[in-house]
Amino acid sequence: MRRILAILMENEPGSLSRIVGLFSQRAFNIESLTVAPTDDNTLSRMTIATRGDDKVLEQIVKQVNKLVDVLKITDITDRQHIERELLLVKVVAITEKSRTEVKRITDIFRGNIVDIGKQIYTIQLTGNADKLNAFIETLKHETEILESVRSGCVGIARGDKALRA
Amino acid sequence: MATEVFSGAEMVVKSLSALKVKYIFGYPGGSVLDIYDAIFQQDEIEHILVRHEQAATHMADGYSRATGEVGVVLATSGPGATNCVTGIATAYMDSIPMVVLAGQVASSLIGNDAFQETDIVGCTRPIIKHSFSCRSLADIPDAIAKAFYLASTGRPGPVVVELPKDILIPQNKAHFHINTDVTMRSYNPNVKGHPKQIRKAVKAINNAKKLVVYSGGGVVLSDSSELLTQLVETLKAPTTNTLMGLGGLSGTHKQFIGMLGMHGSLEANKAMANADVILALGVRFDDRVTNNVEKFCPNATIIHVDIDPTSISKTINAHIPVVGLLNVVMQQLLNELKAIEYTPDETALTQWWQQINLWRDRKSISYQQDNDQKIKPQRVVEALYKVTNGEAYVCSDVGQHQMFAAQYYPFSKPRQWINSGGAGTMGFGLPAAMGVKIAFPDKHVICITGDGSIQMNIQELSTCMQYNLPVVIVTLNNRSLGMVRQWQDMVYDGRHASSYMESLPDFIKLAEAYGHVGIKIDTLDELDDKLAQAFSIKNRLVFVDVLVDEKEHVYPMHIRTGAIDEMWLSKGVKA
Repeated sequence: MRRILAILMENEPGSLSRIVGLFSQRAFNIESLTVAPTDDNTLSRMTIATRGDDKVLEQIVKQVNKLVDVLKITDITDRQHIERELLLVKVVAITEKSRTEVKRITDIFRGNIVDIGKQIYTIQLTGNADKLNAFIETLKHETEILESVRSGCVGIARGDKALRA
Repeated sequence: MATEVFSGAEMVVKSLSALKVKYIFGYPGGSVLDIYDAIFQQDEIEHILVRHEQAATHMADGYSRATGEVGVVLATSGPGATNCVTGIATAYMDSIPMVVLAGQVASSLIGNDAFQETDIVGCTRPIIKHSFSCRSLADIPDAIAKAFYLASTGRPGPVVVELPKDILIPQNKAHFHINTDVTMRSYNPNVKGHPKQIRKAVKAINNAKKLVVYSGGGVVLSDSSELLTQLVETLKAPTTNTLMGLGGLSGTHKQFIGMLGMHGSLEANKAMANADVILALGVRFDDRVTNNVEKFCPNATIIHVDIDPTSISKTINAHIPVVGLLNVVMQQLLNELKAIEYTPDETALTQWWQQINLWRDRKSISYQQDNDQKIKPQRVVEALYKVTNGEAYVCSDVGQHQMFAAQYYPFSKPRQWINSGGAGTMGFGLPAAMGVKIAFPDKHVICITGDGSIQMNIQELSTCMQYNLPVVIVTLNNRSLGMVRQWQDMVYDGRHASSYMESLPDFIKLAEAYGHVGIKIDTLDELDDKLAQAFSIKNRLVFVDVLVDEKEHVYPMHIRTGAIDEMWLSKGVKA
């Protein structure tokens, strides 16, 4: 089962390597991982998308929590939450038809064309993983994808509760 | 004086002093010469020079296991630091508080593949509780204070502090301030068990008909032996200790049913398999205990008390988890038992003990020694028990001799039995014994070892000479790697691949070459007298080389992939 974990940790050198090391050391799966300092720059916030059964997930949460640099970890999957991922994709857009069609698909998915070349469009799209997957599949039918990059997901729980130090 | 300034190297020593460190175990080298210079110019802390950094970590480890204090290691960058890796892993697996100060090349050279540069923080990351890379003078006292705090609180473990050369040199000086009253916002280990869980646990205990107490290294580490004794006497329940927990309840206590696990007693493993409630205290359901987890104690309600939440339900699901310090939680359990005016169900208890005594009567921990036979290794351990009145510190290496020591030397006190249980590190025994001897120079300290293990750190005989550490080394010499050989006999149709030592040194001459006393014991009739002679020699290290029966196997032994109580009692005989 896919789970999204939100982790609040000290913004110290080596903190990231401890998390990544832990996952590989204990053979836990990482689907995606994103990290950046928070509004309080002594803290970093990490979102990890992972897969595992309940027993594995329990160990992941406990093992991450045990790391001295980690302040908090929470599994936001089962709660109401917002999940977003950023996609940048560069596609071939030469003919009039393909330029129009790519623009139209981008509009339908509420993406933006952020760069134009003689033969390419670069599109930016945010959403959850499903939406980005669907967008890429749709694009493939219309044109050739030259390059794509995804940020991995970030997530935050809905409601008044906040993950803070 | 507030105006006084100190170099980083001086700060290291002042910090250790402030933390009441008495001994550092280490080996000098380029990047830490300034620290050595600072140690040289003071006399509060004594430095013990080993012959190999691995031994420094095991010495610090042995010192810590015997005293409960944090063991301190100092090593230079590169190979000095990497030589510590096995010792750090050993301490990590057994949750031993240790601080390793590792030199590093100058900050400006880090990442350049400089001479004697190794990323020791990276190398040790999976086998430490935490690590610090100091990047300025001001980091040093703070990092060292935190390292000690982390190493010794919660679930203890090793902490590495990396010190680059440029922040140690006398040219850079700053004011010194250390705060030994450490708090960290990201680190708050649980102390008290949740009251609801305590009530649940006591309710389960109260309903139990076949209760077993299964206690481990956590009892020893948290100095909870007296509380454990009080608790098991209140419960009147049979109690088993893990390899790491031996001495937690005295080996001679009438409720003690022996060690459990792969080479544990039949009665301990049978009691576990047939229990309806298991009270697990400071244990981690290691695979050497459980055997096949699928078949593990199917009818038992498991109460698991541990300071580390990751140990709970990691391999075996706990029905009633309690996270907290063992000494605190055991007191809570006692209070709650008192509150409900607990008395064990006498009928059930009598039946349970009758059953256990039947298992005990099988005498699973036994061996056959005839007078004309080669000396049995078990017999040597029994003789050691007698000659030391059961009061010695026993440090072991890893292999058959380790299991024989665990089975045949009943430990009456915690911290008396010192071995590498989790990591299984050969070469641990001698340096660990040296660390114990430094802490307790007036006590008998034995290193029970084998002809394989002793050679993994035999160079430390030289350190023993330098610092006058008269430990008694007893080698159960079977001219082979006994445990490997045993597995080859049992699993590999007797093909002894690389388990036979064809060119052993003359250990007596070797001991003498290092300036010690060597005693060889060849036959059974001279065993007791010569051991008595060995222990009568004070102030000299005695190396006792006992030629034992090389064919002896350690029994009982788990049958692979079986349940916890499926055991070989002797060759071809199942329980």
